[in-house]
Amino acid sequence: MAVTEQQLQTLKDRARRIRIDILKMLTDCGSGHTGGSLSAADIATALYFYKMKYDPRKPGWKERDNFILSKGHAAPLLYTVLAQAGYFEHAELCTLRKIGSRLQGHPDSKCLPGVEISTGSLGQGLSVANGLALAHKLDKAPNRVYALLGDGELQEGQIWEAAMTAAHYKLDNLCALVDNNGLQIDGPVAKVMGVEPITDKWRAFGWEVLDVDGHDMEKIVTALDKAETIKGKPTMIVCRTVKGKGSKCFEGKVEFHGTTPTKEELATAMKELEEGVCK
Amino acid sequence: MRTTFVNCLIDRAKIDNRIFVITPDMGFSVLEKFKEQFPQRFLNVGIAEQNAIGVAAGLALSGKIVYVYSIIPFVTMRCFEQVRIDLAYMNTNVRLVGVGAGLAYGPAGATHHAIEDIAIMRALPNMTVCCPGDPVEVRALINQSFAHKGPIYFRLNKNGETCIHDDSARIEIGKAITVKEGKDIALITTSNMLEQGLHWVKEWSLQGKQAALISMPTVKPIDTDAILQLINRNIPIITLEEHNMIGGLGSAVAEVIADAGKAVVFKRIAIQDVYSHLVGSQQLLRSKLGLDRRPI
Ligand SMILES: Cc1ncc(C[n+]2csc(CCOP(=O)(O)OP(=O)(O)O)c2C)c(N)n1
Ligand SMILES: [Mg+2]
Repeated sequence: MAVTEQQLQTLKDRARRIRIDILKMLTDCGSGHTGGSLSAADIATALYFYKMKYDPRKPGWKERDNFILSKGHAAPLLYTVLAQAGYFEHAELCTLRKIGSRLQGHPDSKCLPGVEISTGSLGQGLSVANGLALAHKLDKAPNRVYALLGDGELQEGQIWEAAMTAAHYKLDNLCALVDNNGLQIDGPVAKVMGVEPITDKWRAFGWEVLDVDGHDMEKIVTALDKAETIKGKPTMIVCRTVKGKGSKCFEGKVEFHGTTPTKEELATAMKELEEGVCK
Repeated sequence: MRTTFVNCLIDRAKIDNRIFVITPDMGFSVLEKFKEQFPQRFLNVGIAEQNAIGVAAGLALSGKIVYVYSIIPFVTMRCFEQVRIDLAYMNTNVRLVGVGAGLAYGPAGATHHAIEDIAIMRALPNMTVCCPGDPVEVRALINQSFAHKGPIYFRLNKNGETCIHDDSARIEIGKAITVKEGKDIALITTSNMLEQGLHWVKEWSLQGKQAALISMPTVKPIDTDAILQLINRNIPIITLEEHNMIGGLGSAVAEVIADAGKAVVFKRIAIQDVYSHLVGSQQLLRSKLGLDRRPI
């Protein structure tokens, strides 16, 4: 079932609104992770507004698909997506990291509905995703599990233990995605500790690997559709992205990993996003 | 504290080519100066803490003195068994330097808090556990670490802390520091609670109570003699720490009291064995967790 042109347009517009919300909440808060939230905005949009099955009124609904944000520092992205999907009031977004808020700097599953697991320590999410996927298999349930990883995060050894496990148990109900934005905290991933060739590595570990432009909505949703048809092995979608995607102010800038926009940068970014300067 | 740490290391590295720094991708805005001056003695091993510990041990076995720097949970808990075998068991000259003591990473959430680190590090044979309370303690302890044999864990708060001691203070690994004498109460603090301890002592004095303030920057080996002296003077002892109730400073002092076999009034102020699900600053979380409530 191919995605229609109109669906694509709606999704792209959704991603744009998600970026706007992320930037507003981060500017208002003054601390948090900008670059890695923006780079994965199209991926998260495709998951929550095209592919995944869930019911925001029933966060614990048994038949839902699970989303694991293994790169937990992209919490602003997760919160925005959950709010726009209807898990909680949109207005609550402006409480990020503030006193008494449910929007912890890193997602806390005990506080906020829709957050499947608490993350923030890198490298752990894929193993939990494996456990969820195994459980769905044992229960003969059709639920699917999605996990979003960072490219720097791939340096954690546990990722590769999890990679082995998913292939060994033929977890074809599991689809992982890498936000391959080329940057981590201390600089370019290739300079700090190279992880390439990413696609070959996952293929060698027994995964089906798809390589897409992580800002091309049509490519992302097509890959997600394809992943569902792969039998007998898990799928990894390597998404080529730009860290800070959405405004020239942040794109490809390593310092925006953990810093937030100034008011001026926000204004510039809003203009670009509203006028669609950045696709 | 972390600026003090880096500056001490740079000064020493100029005259001591054994000094080596490793970070698992946490150098941004902290380690650049070291890296620029000593590119051959700086490694970023990627976001791979377990690997970092093994590499550090290998370097230490070849004569280097290696400082591994990251946020506390990542440099102690993520790689705990590597620390146990490669550092503690083999007694190598590696120093774990963790930033974000207790609730210092406040609104980042509990994944980034460190409330069990003293307990687990203290449980390792050969491991020395240093929890400096101000930048002056950081400088003294880091400077002594260059000659120390065996692994050390340094628990740093973050940056911009007030100096409590002046430069004349005698600060030694393994020794308590009497910041203020007093005969009515003895308050023992460790790590980032020193400043609050000082406030409490001032408040007590306004109420006519003379409280002694003792800073305990080394939780292991604990200064047994200093605690025994307090026990023998039979004054109430209070411990104060931004750490879980189990296994930290309070536990270490309680062990000394129990072994002494003498009765003394004793109270531990620490986190009541819970994770914080609250969002807020370090100060707010302290208050919600009852760490800022001064006993009367
Ligand atoms: C175990 C662990 N080590 C270190 C960190 C600190 N940290 C947070 S984000 C980050 C860099 C992540 O890079 P990447 O996975 O590429 O994320 P992205 O570029 O998508 O933001 C690091 C080192 C952490 N959160 N967890
Ligand atoms: Mg990255």
